[in-house]
Formats: sequence, C-alpha cells, structure tokens
Amino acid sequence: MPDRTARQDFLKGLSSENPIFRQMLGMCPTLAVTNAVINGIAMGLATSFVLIFSSLVISSIKRLIPNQVRIASYIVIIASFVTIADRVLAGFFPAISKALGPFVPLIVVNCIILGRAEAFASKNKVGRSVIDAVGMSLGFFLALLLLSSIRELLGSGTLLGHPVLGEWFEPWVIMLLPPGAFITLGLLMAISIQLEKRQKGG
Amino acid sequence: MELFSLFFGAILINNFVLHYFLGICPFLGVSKKIDSAVSMGLAVTFVMTITAVVSWVVNHWILLPYGLDYLQIVAFILVIASLVQLVEMFIRKTSPPLYQAMGIYLPLITTNCAIMGLALLISLKNYDFAEAVVFGVGSGLGFTLAIVLMAAIREQLELADVPRPLQGAGIALLVAGIMALAFLGFSGVLK
Repeated sequence: MPDRTARQDFLKGLSSENPIFRQMLGMCPTLAVTNAVINGIAMGLATSFVLIFSSLVISSIKRLIPNQVRIASYIVIIASFVTIADRVLAGFFPAISKALGPFVPLIVVNCIILGRAEAFASKNKVGRSVIDAVGMSLGFFLALLLLSSIRELLGSGTLLGHPVLGEWFEPWVIMLLPPGAFITLGLLMAISIQLEKRQKGG
Repeated sequence: MELFSLFFGAILINNFVLHYFLGICPFLGVSKKIDSAVSMGLAVTFVMTITAVVSWVVNHWILLPYGLDYLQIVAFILVIASLVQLVEMFIRKTSPPLYQAMGIYLPLITTNCAIMGLALLISLKNYDFAEAVVFGVGSGLGFTLAIVLMAAIREQLELADVPRPLQGAGIALLVAGIMALAFLGFSGVLK
C-alpha cells in the first residue's frame, strides 16, 4: 500500500518522531532563536530548505558515494545548501540574518539533517526521502513556532511585533533570556509526554 | 587586562551552553555521570583550543586574502572534521590513558555545534590571534564548568522523586534553566 507508507513517512515527523519533542535533535537553534516569532519562522524555513534539498540530493546520488566517505560527502552537500540559505538571508533579509547571527551557518551541524541523511535518505528512494524530509521539517517548524509564540507573547506581550496583550501586561523579560528558553521547552516536553500517555489510554 | 576579562567573560557570562546555547546535545546527553562529564569537558576544551588556532589561521591567511569568505562554512566544517580525526589518531598513538579517558567522546565532537560556533564567532567578532586563543580556552572551560555542574545535579536527581512526565529530558531542561538564571547573576561582574 504505497499511499499508506507515504502518509506514515510524512506524519511521523509531526508526532511520533518529532525531531524536537521526541528525538531531541537540533536543540541548539531551537533554544537560541525562539525569542521572537519572526526568528523562529526564519530559522524553521531555512532549516526546512536545507533538509529537503539535501535529502533530495543525497538520496539521488547515494549509489555514487563510497560507503567509507559517506559522512564527509553528506556534510559537504549539506554545507553547500547552508551556504545558499545563509547568502540568501544575508542578501534579502539583512535584519533577520543579523538577529539569527551564527545560527544560520550552524544549520550545518544541526543533527536533524545529518541524522535524516544517515537514517533515511541514504536507504530510501528519492520520493520517500523527500516526503520524510518535508514531514520532519514541518515538525521542526511547528515546534519552533509554538516555542517562539509562547516566549514572545509572555516576554514582550507581542506576536510578530504586534501588541497582543494590553497595557496592563507587565512583560516577563526572563522569557526572552536564556533561562526562559530552557524552562519553556522543559515544560512543553513534559506536556507532550503527558498527552501521549493519555492518548494511549494509560 | 582585556584578555583577562575576555577569558572570564567566556567562562562565566557568555557561557557557551547557558548563554549562546551551543553544545546543548552533549550537555544534555553526556551529563548523567560526573566522570564522563569531566572527560567530555576536557575533550571539548582541548579541541576548542586547537580549533580556535587553526580556524583563525585558515580564515585570515587563506579565506580572506583570496576573497573566499563565502566558502567559510564548508571550509570550517572540513577543518574541524579532519582536525578531530587527527587529534584522535595523535592521542591514540602518544597517550593511551588519555585516549581511554576521552577517546569515545572525540568523534562526537565533530557534530558538536559548540566547536563550529566557536570558529564562526571568532570570525564574526573579528578577534585577533591572541583574543581568539584566549576565547577558545575560556569557552572550553566554560563548557566544562556547565556540564560538570549539570552532572553533579543530575546525580543527586537520581534519588529525587520527579513527577513522571518530567523525568529525563524535562527535568534536565528545567535544571538548565535555573542554572542559566543563576549564571545571569554574573553578568554585572565584568563590564
């Protein structure tokens, strides 16, 4: 049943194998750039671009790469796409590029991308690899969106820069600082584990 | 004096883990036992020091003079990967006990974003050679401090009654948050 597997390949990135809440991959950018929604979106899109295109390339040329040098080859392919993403962001969105700082180049060492290359794209056909990469990217993107929305809302009372909470709201500056990132993600992780347990009827 | 404040700033204020969020994977993954945390910390400090030197040289003697700075990402990641491999081979030949202590952690370091982050930050902040080396050593020690403290707390947490959904990653992140909060207290020490 090809339809069934395609759906599973796609959906597992969103829930059962969500890169952030389940596999805990790619934590550094997740924590670092989520102090504002716009940064979370930019980071999510840049990572998705790199993940999807490197999965596509790696799974199409997997037979040409000798097994011994595969990791090094994957890294060069990933690094090329990261360079493209970095240059495009720096050229067209200099403000966002500046806010993300070294974290755009750092996508190259994001374990999600190398992890999917090694665990999935190097073993499966091009179509399935791309579907898997899209699912994983979406899972990563939604997690970043959730985390950055909570932090921006509580930390500055705004969403995407628009004031949402009224004048009465005293911003929790701590949410914008590193401790807020750690604590929010820790609590979200506990909630997601609890939700899954309830779904299983535990 | 400036190098001095850069050094302590890198350890306490701009701590790689708690301020820049670099190296979170080993920070959460290898912090269950104090012994392994110490070995990991030392291995990272060692590689960071060498990376600071080599990436500075590559950046200032090869990439910048020839206008190749758009190749920075590819160049740095290759330099780091081969450097880690060389260091591993060198230690295995020269000092078996040291290899025993930090051998298995070395390959993991290649994908540790703290190393790549260090190379990028040095280039981003335009440090000169001395500053780069001091920043590298300080950042490594800062990473060691954070991961050892974390391991010490987590060893005690083994005995504590943690609510079930928070067990594992959840409580580790909360502890990291409180540690980051404590480290914020240092931010006024140096100007």
